[in-house]
Amino acid sequence: MNYLNTGLPAPIPAGDGLDKPFWEGLQKELLLLQRCSVCTGWQWGPEWSCHRCHSFELRYEEVSPVGVIFSYERVWHPVHPALKEQGPYLIVLVVLPQAGEVRMVGNLLGDPRQEVPIGAEVRGVFEHHNDTEPAFTLLHWELSNSAT
Amino acid sequence: MRTLRGRVAVVGIGETAYYKRGESPDAEFKLALKAILAACSDAGIAPEAIDGFASYSNDRSDPSRLAAALGCRELRFANMQWGGGGGGGSAAVGNGAAAVATGMAECVVVFRSLAQGQFGRFGQGPRRNVIQGDGAHTVPYGLMSPAQMFAMKVQRFMFDHQVVQSALRSISLASYHHAQNNPRAVMYGRPLDERTYEDSRWIVEPFHLYDCCQENDGAAAMIIVPAERAGDFAQPPAYLLSAVAGSHYRAGASVHNTPDYATSTFKTLAPRLYEMAGVSPGDVNVLQSYENFTGGVMMSIVEHGFCEPDACNEFFVKERFLAPDGELPLNTSGGNLAECYMHGLGLNIEAVRQIRGQSTNQVAGAQVSMVISGPMVTPVSASIFGAEGVL
Ligand SMILES: [Zn+2]
Repeated sequence: MNYLNTGLPAPIPAGDGLDKPFWEGLQKELLLLQRCSVCTGWQWGPEWSCHRCHSFELRYEEVSPVGVIFSYERVWHPVHPALKEQGPYLIVLVVLPQAGEVRMVGNLLGDPRQEVPIGAEVRGVFEHHNDTEPAFTLLHWELSNSAT
Repeated sequence: MRTLRGRVAVVGIGETAYYKRGESPDAEFKLALKAILAACSDAGIAPEAIDGFASYSNDRSDPSRLAAALGCRELRFANMQWGGGGGGGSAAVGNGAAAVATGMAECVVVFRSLAQGQFGRFGQGPRRNVIQGDGAHTVPYGLMSPAQMFAMKVQRFMFDHQVVQSALRSISLASYHHAQNNPRAVMYGRPLDERTYEDSRWIVEPFHLYDCCQENDGAAAMIIVPAERAGDFAQPPAYLLSAVAGSHYRAGASVHNTPDYATSTFKTLAPRLYEMAGVSPGDVNVLQSYENFTGGVMMSIVEHGFCEPDACNEFFVKERFLAPDGELPLNTSGGNLAECYMHGLGLNIEAVRQIRGQSTNQVAGAQVSMVISGPMVTPVSASIFGAEGVL
């Protein structure tokens, strides 16, 4: 079962191809983020050049989907028809220490009314949407100390 | 020294009636014309004499069309500040002022017109089947409205500094309090108390309903002329002491990756704002601080040096923010929460009104009047107006 009700816009790679490897990686259950081939710095969100050394030699490198909750929000008011019957849900901003502290947005699985501990470790959970056109995969998070 | 201080003055202000979203009987462009004509009438200036336009947030009322409609003799300046939200409010004032101060134009109108009922709404998610670009990394997770974009920053700030909800509440209560004296305010006659705030529904934690701005229809305009001509018009001039715009290092890094995250985006701007104006926070008599959401006001006030970040719970109490006697009268027209969400230009107009002594919540003898525009977006902006006596 998906975390959010179906019907939200499906993510597709940017028309200019900037984040295509990222979305293809998620479908294969791989988290691929940008890393500079010259200065080895990580970068997210995606950009065409490295903000540190201005190289265009950025590759997508696999990162273990493990992070720490940097901030969160519990949404109550739906702003999209697909979420009308959803009830509250949790969005987390997760920082990845092993990838230069870049951050990613996702949902926090589990009880949407739970206390959310900023600073707690989370691990990634891939959510496949294979029945949609186009098919896509989202990356959610769950507390590392939670039972699976 | 290169500066805008004292080089130009606002000599005319104008507003349409303010409506709830979708309730304007007038087309958006007609609203723009009405506000500009009201500002001309206020100044006692012929509309034909306007030779420049400055706006922000991709205003749809095109300057060439406005100049044609108004019969302006000549168009010398047509300027749009990049960036969304109300971050460009004081920037547009600064841009118009820069044009006047440098001789590019003689009489610039800064304006914003908005009829959300006739176009799209701000507070709604996208209605497409697919999404790409930055939004692809947030919208499928249900993060798609301004409230949702900014709650994440405020939550982290409140965590870092142990801020409690009553701090946000004080900002909302002050705006609603002031609106009760302002017949122009959409929330005139609709007071707010602590209990009603606490009982109101969550939009997204930590924002209750009353922490969020309205969505409105209307238009606002102000007229800028060189300081040398400031005495030639019907109203007492409000001189521009300072205007700044911008953001910190990589504020625009996408998917919530700006290095300094829990910020209103003003840390690099505030020192430049005060330096150009030649004032310090203690000199500010009255403050208008853009409320997209109360949390942004709180961080703005902190970053402009009025309060230490760890002292928010003590500082943010309603009484401090009430005109005429509060220590820091705040959003004295009712602001975006309770007067009207004219994308914040109404705040600049209220700041001018305070210098003139014409506010419905007048701070006696206000000489230094400050505006903080559009927190948490990039670029943001801020401005300070002063009476003749502070030049
Ligand atoms: Zn590099």
